[in-house]
Amino acid sequence: MSKPSRARLSGWGRTNPSVADEVTIVAASLAATIKEAGLRGALARGLGRSYGDAAQNGGGLVLRLASGPGDIVLHPAEARVTVGAGVSIDELLRVIVQHGFFVPVTPGTRFVTIGGAIASDIHGKNHHIDGSIGNHVESITMMLADGSTAVIGPGNNPMLFWATIGGMGLTGVMIDATIRLLPIETSRMRIDTSRVADLDALLATMSSHDDDVRYSVAWIDLVAKGRNLGRSVLSRGDHARLTELDARDSVAPLSYAPHQLIAVPPLVPQKGLLNHATVAAFNEAWFRRAPVRRVGEIQGISAFFHPLDLVGSWNRLYGNRGMVQYQFVVPFGQEDAMRTVVERLSASGAASFLAVLKRFGAANPAPLSFPQAGWTLALDVPGASRGLGDLLHSLDRVVLDAGGRHYFAKDSHMTPEAVRRGYPRLDEWKAIRDEVDPLGVWQSDLGRRLGLI
Amino acid sequence: MENALGQPQTILVLGGTSDIGLAIARQMLSPTTRTVVLACRDADRGERAAAGLRHHSLSVDVVAFEATDTENHAEFISTVVEKFGDIDVAIVAFSLLGDGAVTSVDVEAAVEISQVNFTGVVSSTIAIANQMRNQGHGSIVMLSSVAGERVRRANPVYGATKAGIDGFAQGLGDSLAADGVHVLIVRPGFVVSKMTTGLKAAPFATTPEKVADATVKGLRAKRRMVWVPGILRYVFSALRHLPGPVWRRLPLG
Repeated sequence: MSKPSRARLSGWGRTNPSVADEVTIVAASLAATIKEAGLRGALARGLGRSYGDAAQNGGGLVLRLASGPGDIVLHPAEARVTVGAGVSIDELLRVIVQHGFFVPVTPGTRFVTIGGAIASDIHGKNHHIDGSIGNHVESITMMLADGSTAVIGPGNNPMLFWATIGGMGLTGVMIDATIRLLPIETSRMRIDTSRVADLDALLATMSSHDDDVRYSVAWIDLVAKGRNLGRSVLSRGDHARLTELDARDSVAPLSYAPHQLIAVPPLVPQKGLLNHATVAAFNEAWFRRAPVRRVGEIQGISAFFHPLDLVGSWNRLYGNRGMVQYQFVVPFGQEDAMRTVVERLSASGAASFLAVLKRFGAANPAPLSFPQAGWTLALDVPGASRGLGDLLHSLDRVVLDAGGRHYFAKDSHMTPEAVRRGYPRLDEWKAIRDEVDPLGVWQSDLGRRLGLI
Repeated sequence: MENALGQPQTILVLGGTSDIGLAIARQMLSPTTRTVVLACRDADRGERAAAGLRHHSLSVDVVAFEATDTENHAEFISTVVEKFGDIDVAIVAFSLLGDGAVTSVDVEAAVEISQVNFTGVVSSTIAIANQMRNQGHGSIVMLSSVAGERVRRANPVYGATKAGIDGFAQGLGDSLAADGVHVLIVRPGFVVSKMTTGLKAAPFATTPEKVADATVKGLRAKRRMVWVPGILRYVFSALRHLPGPVWRRLPLG
């Protein structure tokens, strides 16, 4: 085992860091390592792509699970894979796509680990059809606080299994997971794109046609005001069938070799490059470059699912005050709350770049899983925006009054009270955690900040 | 844990009846803040200060703190942490001003001020620093003074204690940077407050609210030092280089 080293860790938003002892280990030495955890406990950290302090454990131990080539075992006949918790979706896709499989759920970046994905119960553009990643996990091998190993699944210790789905790493350290995969004929996407004039039109269109397509998402311009309020670009589609590819693409229908175009260098001006003016200009260009309506366009997996991954370290564009992500869901029937939030954001002059709106399907049984049937909006704003604290607290009230909730993996500003209101099953989750971790070995900055532990 | 917007959950004010300390705490309040702990010598005055801060979702606790009881400072901090959890921001705001005319000649008065303002501050701040090192995060606000730059003849003992803790905080801040702990030194000029009641205001006098505003901005921007008002930084960097005979002739009180 390598020795832990003091490291200053932050989330992808680069806002509130803390210093912890960080160590990269193999699964075999986990049990010995967690015995070393002191009063501040231990936490597994993946690629640090959650935006706030979910993968930080100030003053404690932070474990990074090493992954190797033997950590992906594909069972093609059953369309499932057993994958190490430290393996990223990027690494997984590079193996499985060529065999005609896709992950059942992917977030907007492929640089998340399987362990992180399950701990956050991530969702993608197909939530309204397929649910979140927890719906596709058959079993998880995990290390518990007492150093024992357990294999859990929906039919095997379901209480602990569902507490681990969306449990933010606070029930144990995942070692591997077995996940059902989606068979695909090609590595291309067949996408329909259309511009939508305003928020009402967007909600109406998505309500009436979403269930026909596997993937559906709208990019919404939160900087636009007046009659442009809520103007959006809606894109929907599915994996392309072999018969839908042209002759050139058909030569290697399952080829997949994503790459990064450029990376943002470490030296960005302190104030960042994203402000109201640059974001408004970008959003305008993004809206105008989108086709009014285009049907059946063939795109690559990366272009459709992971466009931001083309720019490495894009979070640096926000300068040294970082960025704050805000994602919430409000149930169907609470469209007025969504409208109020969009109006307030637009009126505030906050420079929100690439906000995303989508429809969620039904929730799964996990007590701390974020998605529930309704509308979700995700946006990011520069951390240094004036009046941001008051704005977000005011939006919190709108969301909570509407019966909504916020996403832990994105959160960096919520309060324990907001969590209690948004997650009425918190006590049920805490009881399960207390049972498997009575001494509180698993801790995180987010857990302490939001009263999860 | 402080959130992404620099809003703390728990604030500790050492010198919990200090006008400046309270103004800084008040300026930081948001729905995120759950606990303010006012540590002070005089419980009655502490209670009155607490009543002015308290509202429905904020608990304000008054705890007894004695600056000269240095032997118990470490235990004092552990008790606060046991009860309220991690300390996100600690404001070290206590000090005695003393009457310059007296402290310049009276040994006992000079020693008392030195022990409270210097030894007491160093001791309690080290206890806080140790706790924040264990947490891996936190901010310490050190109330210094423009005297940190050059001590005036009007109150040499007070000025020297401020210069002393100012230097201490600079070194401590550098040593804590790798532990995720931020130290902000606040150098106000003459502040109109109950501490200075009856004194003639010096040029560029300011208020506790203005000090608080500058402090909170400095905390969010992770500054090392703030001057209030800002112009004093330039005034004092000129003054510190004045030859003694010229400095002595200036009407600085």
